[in-house]
Amino acid sequence: MCTFLGAPAMGEFLGAPTIGDAPQRVVSLNLCTDQLAMLLAAPGQLISVSRLASDPRSSAMARQAASWPRNAGQAEEIFLLNPDLVLAGRYTARATVSMLERLGIPVQRFDPASGLDEVPDRIAKMGEVLGREAAATALIARFEADLLSLRYEVGTVRAAIYQANGYTLGSGTMAADIMEAAGLRNLMADRPGGGRLPLELLVMRAPDMLITSTPYPGASRSEEILSHPVLQAMALPRANTGPDWICGTPYVLRAIRDLQEAAR
Amino acid sequence: MIRVFAGLGALVLLLFAASLLIGPAGLPVSDSIDALFRGEGEAITLVMREIRLPRALLAVMVGASLGLSGAALQGYLRNPLAEPGLIGVSGSAALGAVLAIQSGLAAAFALALPLAALGGAVGAVVLILLLAGPRGSALTLILAGIAISALAGACTSLVLNLSPNPFAASEIVFWLLGSLADRSMQHVGLVAPFMAAGTIALLSLGRGLDALTLGEDAAAALGIDLARLRLMLILGVAATVGAATAVAGSIGFVGLVAPHVLRRAVGAKPSRVLPASALGGAAMVLAADIAVRLIAPERDLKLGVLIALVGAPFFLRLILTQRREM
Repeated sequence: MCTFLGAPAMGEFLGAPTIGDAPQRVVSLNLCTDQLAMLLAAPGQLISVSRLASDPRSSAMARQAASWPRNAGQAEEIFLLNPDLVLAGRYTARATVSMLERLGIPVQRFDPASGLDEVPDRIAKMGEVLGREAAATALIARFEADLLSLRYEVGTVRAAIYQANGYTLGSGTMAADIMEAAGLRNLMADRPGGGRLPLELLVMRAPDMLITSTPYPGASRSEEILSHPVLQAMALPRANTGPDWICGTPYVLRAIRDLQEAAR
Repeated sequence: MIRVFAGLGALVLLLFAASLLIGPAGLPVSDSIDALFRGEGEAITLVMREIRLPRALLAVMVGASLGLSGAALQGYLRNPLAEPGLIGVSGSAALGAVLAIQSGLAAAFALALPLAALGGAVGAVVLILLLAGPRGSALTLILAGIAISALAGACTSLVLNLSPNPFAASEIVFWLLGSLADRSMQHVGLVAPFMAAGTIALLSLGRGLDALTLGEDAAAALGIDLARLRLMLILGVAATVGAATAVAGSIGFVGLVAPHVLRRAVGAKPSRVLPASALGGAAMVLAADIAVRLIAPERDLKLGVLIALVGAPFFLRLILTQRREM
């Protein structure tokens, strides 16, 4: 059913050479551009990814990222890599990125994807800046077919995303799209974007299911809210968000499938 | 005198009720009361009993602890600037609490949190007494206090910065400024015994502190055991401030403002200022915690911010009046 998820890697696209004046030394500074570049770059074209790319708590491609050298996103370090293209997120360390631009290095900025419909745009843009349009087109076609076969009708289960500090996500977010594609009704669909939802408002809205963040190692008061007695008293079924939820890459399909299984 | 105490008691009760009835959910008053006492309506009952009740209870407990500790420290040091936040007791308690949480001790054994905070507070009180002494000048006290607070604050920030948890670093603000958001009955149960024991210890000091206003020799002649008084003070302040800080972070100025405001109303005798400051502190923290929820319910404004907004100008005024009296 879902060819993308079953495929071992994107290896089959990697053989083709880059076209014409495509960049040859590409450095990525952002978790999401890391992943898109790893999926699309020709062998040897991508010379460094950010440190987060190999962090299994943040990156959907932590294992693959081990094959690339890592950078810590410091301007000096990046400059010494002598890149001919730097990939950054729209909000990635602005001071660093503008310094690289002053030093004459071309920078491409990517907006974070705020919905499933933006995933093909991001893949296409990455294909374009890397000179890998054919690989991008193939990946988009497969993503769209897989999404179509995976998508459920929205049912009656009302779920809420509730993360550290009571942070929740409403309409117009990737997380909301993932929930809907998994057949869940987003309890916070009436609010755009993300924000803090006081615990008592969550209780009064009476969700049927909670989607929480996986706790990080080392304790924090921010995450304590997820084990507040009031949530335990409500005894709701729970699912977790994870690295697959963060970026506009085809890995969001894995997030949808996992959530469908958790909600079953 | 009795009128003042009755008035303060009524104020605390009124604010306690307001704290229970005010919240982002905007529940109808009659439904809220029904839910609290009779448990009708499942979601409302959970909100009232598991979210608002512990918050209101903790505001009273934390405020009373801080007010009482401030009054006791001012009485013992005979220095109007003594305050758990200013002299570094709260900061050191926060360091103890942070160490317990980050080392995983607090998760392994719940009592480790208040005990570690208490340990931090004992350390600070002992240091202050050694450095400033009962006859130390205001200057020594404040200098020692600044040094201890700065050191404790820096260590707390360092521990949180080094934590593998990305949220921990953002919680430096909580440990330095305090908040009662999303606390539960577990927290109330955890700190109540420490606060009760500390409060009893501090209230029992009234007679001794009254005698001490005449000077140490006179107090000793009146049969006051000064060594015991000192020990009870250290343990009482550490237990109350340690427990308060362990669950609510460091909240400054309550221990400074409450005794000063009430000394006018009840007279300068420490035995009267102590209970009055406990009630005054409770009222202050309740009021600040209500204000936090009214101003920006979704922002988790820190309690210390609001209290400092009121407390700092008061502190400045105190300095001016003191200068005039000199």
